[in-house]
Amino acid sequence: MAKRMNFTRFFTAATVLTVLLLMVWAPVHAKTFKWAFQSDAGSMDPYTMNNTMTLGFTGNIYEGLVRHDKNEVIEPCLATDWKTIKPDVWRFNLRKNVTFHDGTPFTAEDVIFSWKRAVSQGSDMKSFVNGIKDIIKVDDHTVDIVTNGPWPLLPNDVFRWYIMSQKWCEENDATEVAEFKTAKENYATRHTNGTGPFMLKDREPQVKTVMVPFPNWWDKRVDNVTEAIFTPIKSDATRIASLLSGELEMIYPLPIQDVNRVQKTPGFRAIQGEETRTIFLGMDVWRDELLYSDVKGKNPLKDVRVRKAMYQAIDMEAIKKKIMRGACWPTALMIGSTINGFNPELNKRFPYDPEESKRLLAEAGYPNGFSIVLDTPNDRYVNDEAISQAVAAMLAKVGIKCKLNSQTRSKHFAKIVSMDTSFYLLGWSPMSFDMYNTYFTNVMTKAETIKDRVPEPGQGNWNCGNYSNPKVDQLLDAIAGEIDPAKRQALINEAMRIHKEDVGHIPLHQQALSWGASDKVEVHQSADNTFSLRWVVVK
Amino acid sequence: MIAYIIRRILQSIVVMLAVALIAFCLFRYVGDPVVSMVGRDTTYQQREALRKELGLTDPVVVQFARFVKNAAMGNFGISYEQRRPVVDLIAERAPATLELSLISGLFALVVGIFMGVYSGLHRNEYLSKIFQAVSLVGISLPPFLVGILLIYGFAVILGWLPSMGRGVTVKLGFWTTGFLTLSGWKSLILPSITLGLFQMTLIMRLVRSEMLEVLRTDYIKFCRARGLKRRDLNYGHALKNTLVPVITVTGLQLGQIIAYSIITETVFQWPGMGYLFLQAVQRVDFPVMGAYLLLVALIFVFINLIVDFLYLVVDPRLRKEGTTVGK
Repeated sequence: MAKRMNFTRFFTAATVLTVLLLMVWAPVHAKTFKWAFQSDAGSMDPYTMNNTMTLGFTGNIYEGLVRHDKNEVIEPCLATDWKTIKPDVWRFNLRKNVTFHDGTPFTAEDVIFSWKRAVSQGSDMKSFVNGIKDIIKVDDHTVDIVTNGPWPLLPNDVFRWYIMSQKWCEENDATEVAEFKTAKENYATRHTNGTGPFMLKDREPQVKTVMVPFPNWWDKRVDNVTEAIFTPIKSDATRIASLLSGELEMIYPLPIQDVNRVQKTPGFRAIQGEETRTIFLGMDVWRDELLYSDVKGKNPLKDVRVRKAMYQAIDMEAIKKKIMRGACWPTALMIGSTINGFNPELNKRFPYDPEESKRLLAEAGYPNGFSIVLDTPNDRYVNDEAISQAVAAMLAKVGIKCKLNSQTRSKHFAKIVSMDTSFYLLGWSPMSFDMYNTYFTNVMTKAETIKDRVPEPGQGNWNCGNYSNPKVDQLLDAIAGEIDPAKRQALINEAMRIHKEDVGHIPLHQQALSWGASDKVEVHQSADNTFSLRWVVVK
Repeated sequence: MIAYIIRRILQSIVVMLAVALIAFCLFRYVGDPVVSMVGRDTTYQQREALRKELGLTDPVVVQFARFVKNAAMGNFGISYEQRRPVVDLIAERAPATLELSLISGLFALVVGIFMGVYSGLHRNEYLSKIFQAVSLVGISLPPFLVGILLIYGFAVILGWLPSMGRGVTVKLGFWTTGFLTLSGWKSLILPSITLGLFQMTLIMRLVRSEMLEVLRTDYIKFCRARGLKRRDLNYGHALKNTLVPVITVTGLQLGQIIAYSIITETVFQWPGMGYLFLQAVQRVDFPVMGAYLLLVALIFVFINLIVDFLYLVVDPRLRKEGTTVGK
């Protein structure tokens, strides 16, 4: 009797001790990383939404032919090397011994399939691969990409086009991207099968996404994450509270006004850097009479002196100091310093000089100024409405009475993209990290207004004021096809210089990235505000 | 009584149609869904084509008729943003909102009635004065402020409770519940207080003033003269008679709690219908917005129906056929 009781007691004690030990030991060895952004990734299907956050997020699960290193330079990923064998043919050698998360080997067929899927009806990635005429399989690990005309920057431009598994998509009826007509949900919206460092473990849209490391990833691991949990947290205050209470290891964006607080709290830090997003003002230089101004019979913005006057009435240093709290980089170009094509010599703003503004306005025939409406979003860019208010106030000082039309993003973008504006605020981040994307979409003549020929679809898509200079258009067409980097940069310099002298737009600044992180983790901040788990080290 | 019931139900249907019409008209002014749905590199032609595909270029009357016909069959379409059937989305989020509303409502009701009765019975005591002060705070502070203060107090500074989310939830069939886990309950505390605070103070004040009035009535005095026990008197007779207005207010407030949990859900990142609706408005997601508004209208209409029927149960005077009291 006594022996049995002793055994039971011993057994119970041993179990309890083991459980306690496991409870202590397991968390110490489990490196869970929890982070939050202000909104969720739109879908786990990487072709559904051409949106930086979604593409950056799914970039942990899926991979493209190339990827960016920590300095935003292109490096091999699913392709090991590439070269042009003809002006319009790129040969990509694909990496061997790569498998998808379900074990299927990665081959050239998957690249061809992914291209076909990316141009399917419901896909939002068409603009990325539009220039591809055909992809030819040379062998299981080599493809020839045939393009419509020379495409020197193809490797840079496709880094967010991820490769999906043909077999998996066919098995799960996901060969086409989810369309609006179908009543059924597409399998790829909440399930994944990529080649990337992390696998999707659980996905509750708008609530929580859980990822775990892919043990058979082809690359050497630098991170030590055992489980990654992402939650979208819309309210800024709640997001910061979750970081400071220790529930999360990293949050972004961190509002500028809270940067100091997070820096001062022991155990946490704020990470800031220059973002690839440029904030600028656009003007209607196309109509003969402005839609939203008191000047009748002519368009004051067509006169370069008026545009320059507006430019020089804006005090960017004051905006930087008072509104952005030092977290911005005033710019004279439409691109930032991490973008291919950037030229620091051209990046000198016209000086802030309100007297000069008044003089220019008088010379142009507007000694008493005029009134105009400025369209601005109020929930898209960092302090967008505040910046617009400051601009309006500064313009008022030189006589231009600026009324603000501040709206939520869905309304603002719908309005300006249909050219229903005289003066607007917009921001742009070239996803390809090259100036061509920015200038093609914002500076080249709007495709719909060109009557004598058929331009590239999407040209001047967001050139809502239709700044149109045939010389600049010509240069940009040449830039698109120029293979020699030195010649290309020369063309770029010329195009940017002309646009700047024309005051085609009024660039304001490069936004600042602003993240908050616990000192217990090491993270890398990408210039386009995307987050890659593969560089996370949990101490 | 049957005529009364049928009349009320018919009125409810008319209300639902009116809500659908108003909501539909409003949608024309919230922005363009297509801009939010597609990437910025989409061309003008592609956007127009999409607009046509979604039926957004049809005349308003046609769109409305289509909407009502589909809604009557339970088909609310696919969310523009998430590309999933709207019914699935709402069914997924409904448990979170309903559980939160239930706990908030219970909190408001129980604490409110208790505080109301206490401060009604013992008006001059110190505790009553404290309750009064709390009620003033509860009525004046906006819910998002209360929520943020609670988060900072209990999650950041004290670290006792989570700052957001539902904690670990258990899936039972199509319902996900937070009632079965400790973290689920811990996550419910702060949002319930935030959401229920306003209603609690309302109920407290109402119960208190009703109690004071009822205690002065003749029949209570006569009961006291007859020698009935204090407790029977207060809780048996007096409280029951204060309940009619309380039921009305609670009914209305319960509908409000469910419908306007939007702010609390956003502050606590509570994955409920209110948060879904807010997202939908920002992304101009018509199918979700339409479905949510109709659902909310249905909830209000249903609760008001129940409240009206409860009157018949609680107040015997109304049961007589042909009375026009309380409509």
